[in-house]
Amino acid sequence: MASRDVLIRGGRVIDPVANRDEITDVLIRAGRIEAVQPNLGALDGADTIDAAGQVVAPGLVDPHCHLRQPGFEYKEAIGSGSLAAAAGGYTTICSMANTSPIADDRAVIETILEFAEREAVIRVLPLASVTVGMKGRQLVQMGELTEAGAIGFSDDGIPLASTHTMRTALEYATRFDRPIANHAEDAELIAGAAMHEGLTSAHLGLPAAPRQAEEIMIGRDVLLSELTGGSYYALHVSSGGSVELIRRAKERGAPVRAEVTPHHLTLTDSVVGGRTEPDAARLQPYDADTKVNPPLREQSDLELLREGLASGVIDCVGSDHAPHARHEKEVEYARAASGFSCFETAFATMLSLVHDGVLDLPTLIERMTVAPCRVYGLPHGTLRTGADADIIIFDPDLEWTVDREQFLSKGKNTPYHGLPMKGRVLRTIFGGATVFDLATAAAHISGSVDD
Amino acid sequence: MPLTRRDLLDLDDFQRDEIRLILDNSVSMTEILSRKIPRVPTLRGMTVANLFYEASTRTRVSFELAARTLGADIVNVTASGSSVEKGESLVDTLRTVQALGVDVVVMRHQDAGAPYLAASILDCPVINAGDGWHAHPSQALLDLYTVRSHLGDLEGLKLVIVGDIMHSRVARSNIWGFARMGARITLCGPPQLVPPKLVQLPGTDGVIQIESDLDLAVEDADVVMVLRIQQERMDGVHLPDLREYATLYALTEDRLARARPGALVMHPGPINQGVEISAAIAYGPNSVVEEQVTNGVAIRMATIYLLAGGGEEAGTNGE
Repeated sequence: MASRDVLIRGGRVIDPVANRDEITDVLIRAGRIEAVQPNLGALDGADTIDAAGQVVAPGLVDPHCHLRQPGFEYKEAIGSGSLAAAAGGYTTICSMANTSPIADDRAVIETILEFAEREAVIRVLPLASVTVGMKGRQLVQMGELTEAGAIGFSDDGIPLASTHTMRTALEYATRFDRPIANHAEDAELIAGAAMHEGLTSAHLGLPAAPRQAEEIMIGRDVLLSELTGGSYYALHVSSGGSVELIRRAKERGAPVRAEVTPHHLTLTDSVVGGRTEPDAARLQPYDADTKVNPPLREQSDLELLREGLASGVIDCVGSDHAPHARHEKEVEYARAASGFSCFETAFATMLSLVHDGVLDLPTLIERMTVAPCRVYGLPHGTLRTGADADIIIFDPDLEWTVDREQFLSKGKNTPYHGLPMKGRVLRTIFGGATVFDLATAAAHISGSVDD
Repeated sequence: MPLTRRDLLDLDDFQRDEIRLILDNSVSMTEILSRKIPRVPTLRGMTVANLFYEASTRTRVSFELAARTLGADIVNVTASGSSVEKGESLVDTLRTVQALGVDVVVMRHQDAGAPYLAASILDCPVINAGDGWHAHPSQALLDLYTVRSHLGDLEGLKLVIVGDIMHSRVARSNIWGFARMGARITLCGPPQLVPPKLVQLPGTDGVIQIESDLDLAVEDADVVMVLRIQQERMDGVHLPDLREYATLYALTEDRLARARPGALVMHPGPINQGVEISAAIAYGPNSVVEEQVTNGVAIRMATIYLLAGGGEEAGTNGE
């Protein structure tokens, strides 16, 4: 079915790749960007979207999420996860390998891609694990997995503890031009830890690990990247001290990139001790909806992470969307699953940094589109002529309140429930077709825009 | 005056008046306990559930006696020999206990925060009988009660807590309790077992100090509280061995001599004699260890009574 042309008129179009930030029109033809220029005028047979007063940007790219399929469909599935991601403005999402079975061989990668083809409303690109069974020892068949469609390698969820394995993984991956992404935390220091070690953990009596647990492993990893020339990607950087380690490694020419999550930029460990304001967002002490790995840290970390993202030392924003079932969170804090359901809050959370003057809007768009594409060498995240028409239209000032019961994700585990947000995606277009439209508050499968 | 809260989870948000209320009420309870037949019908018809996920003798029995003395029925649910062993979740167990119809839940759990989860699920009062490393509020209240009965007003007193502070819920609750009543607190132990951030606890306004040398810490102390050192910390990682611990941190007669004359020696039990405290001191003239145990029943009576809705003097009802 040949899709109709779509004309997006009068929006503030931001495309960091083209250094564009202006009021103009965007024409989509056959699922691709046909033209970006002012006053394209009414076109016969084209659907017209009035974007006056709104922002038009490339669809967001998430370098880090967990879609849970195969194996944990009670937490999330590729279909439900992709709908939630589309609602959050994402058009490309990169899924981690800790499924069941683990994505450590060709069959699992192919299965994920088949599910994605059939059920996802946006682009799903899987990572494979670094080691067989994520056991930290034997390398996966990177050649075959790359051929099957793995965009990178990560044992995310489990730190790659063996220094020797990390070294050889980085070296071998250079052969396939793929990054090694690591969940960097020192295994011994975090053993048994449920939160960040600081005043709150001292008060609550919870087992805790210091920020140095992360810095130690990031320090090791960037040294190995420098040694081997292997492309290294630091996942969910949470410690302010890590930013300095990454900056120095980049200055020395190591092929290092790093991401930060919206929650590590906006929440501190104090929420583990409860939240009283506003009333709708009240949290009891020890509410496991505040538990995440690496843990929420302190205000000083937030500030250094924000500076790092603004300056570009931290390359991009990863949601680390980690959906869990209610019964995995409604337990004793130390026994609770770690992670937040993030797709539907990530962009609004990040827009709060724009409203607070931490970074400007084009910079934020860059950090959430083309920057994550660079990590995995993806050709997306731009509105250049000929690119796939993956586009979001959003209102940076629209006020709303997070209601987890409205999430399209199966995971309702969020520390943002009941909090006011400013800025929301109105429409997500993937390959020229609307896959999310806030006005109808429903996601459509690809192509149904013609209805 | 009744307590204006439903649960006893931690002392961190208790006001001085609330602590006084419980201590004052405990005086009446001590009187009841001194009677020939210590039994009043105040809470007749009520059921208290002891939900113990961790081994405990003295605390469990103390709550049991407290409930019985007030005329309540008590049911004991322990982690072994119940559905807990079949892998039932805490939340499911709590919902079951609630459906069975209990009026107060007393809870001991190895994980910090578990009583908060219980309080969010249950409609009845929850009393924290010890959760992980976090809190043991009834222990701190009985310690406050014991000290007050000997030394009167707690304002300006110097309390020294010696031992493994990091893993101690007794220490944390006593820090809050004594700080709120105006005492000064010195924490003493091997540096790896004393979280430095504790001196910054909100609202404690500089009354908490850390001193890792016990000889210095006990100078002019009014109360020395010795914690039990857990054998599992003697793993060579937390601490080298018992002998070195005893050399550096046992409360001995020489060290106690540096405290104020008549200083009180406390221990939450059970005691490792010759490790954290010498036998001569544990049972010597300064020791109030046995009083602590006796006072525990009175404090728990007052706590159950006040949370179960009592506001009048217990024991004045007819028998």
